[in-house]
Amino acid sequence: MIPLSHYLIVSAVLFAIGTAGVFLRRNLITILLSIEIMLNAVNLTFIAFGRQHGSLDGQIIVFFVMTVAAAEAAVGLAIVIGLYRHRESLNPDTFASLKW
Amino acid sequence: MPETLIFYALSGLAIGASALVIGQRNPMYSVLMLIASFGALAGLYIQLDAPFAAVAQIIIYAGAIMVLFLFVVMLLNAPTEDGAEWDRSHPLRQPAVARFGGMLALLLVVQLAWALLRAGGLSGPVAGQGDVAVVSSVRELGRVLFTDYVFAFEATSILILVAMVGAVVLARREGDRP
Repeated sequence: MIPLSHYLIVSAVLFAIGTAGVFLRRNLITILLSIEIMLNAVNLTFIAFGRQHGSLDGQIIVFFVMTVAAAEAAVGLAIVIGLYRHRESLNPDTFASLKW
Repeated sequence: MPETLIFYALSGLAIGASALVIGQRNPMYSVLMLIASFGALAGLYIQLDAPFAAVAQIIIYAGAIMVLFLFVVMLLNAPTEDGAEWDRSHPLRQPAVARFGGMLALLLVVQLAWALLRAGGLSGPVAGQGDVAVVSSVRELGRVLFTDYVFAFEATSILILVAMVGAVVLARREGDRP
């Protein structure tokens, strides 16, 4: 049997990859994809802990996280399309009008 | 120990595909790699006796959300990220800041691993307590979802409705009158 800590380490590595993607990439779509990676890392943690405690609550929270991720992707991509129409670019450094 | 082998293969695939998502500059390949990563994660969910989560992962994530991403990448004809696009005039935009971000992510993983090693009681096999038949039962999941969590479920439906209206409003062209 695989120890719980292995699942948690996989989840931690995935979360760190997502964080690094948000920091390192200069493309709005890739940044949104990195956020999805982080959400999935958290989902893995929920399911592993839910299995550990013999409880269904982990899977239910994962269901809610997935719906929130769907809503987030829809609104986020709509914002990306709007931004692209204004500036013809997906580089987040282009959208710095509010910076002093 | 086929179970252990499957676990390592799936987690290696998930981590490798996720690393490739942020590792190269073409958003098209990033989306496809993320679909592979989600597939591997769905395999891990099956191993954790969560078939409903695995199927929802494939259908909702790989099926719906990633197709939405693909659609936007193709619609915008998203340009490949250009390394020379860095604006080197401002100190905050130097690539050193990006390296600092990578260091922060590495620090995060070291910290999490350290916390996991310090915490006791996590080294036991994951199938610790509970009945497999109850945990993996979709019937039981539906019962709990529509009784104990019915308020959250209804709130989620309102959230999706609001997101749908918001996406339509945001993606509308300026001149269009509804």
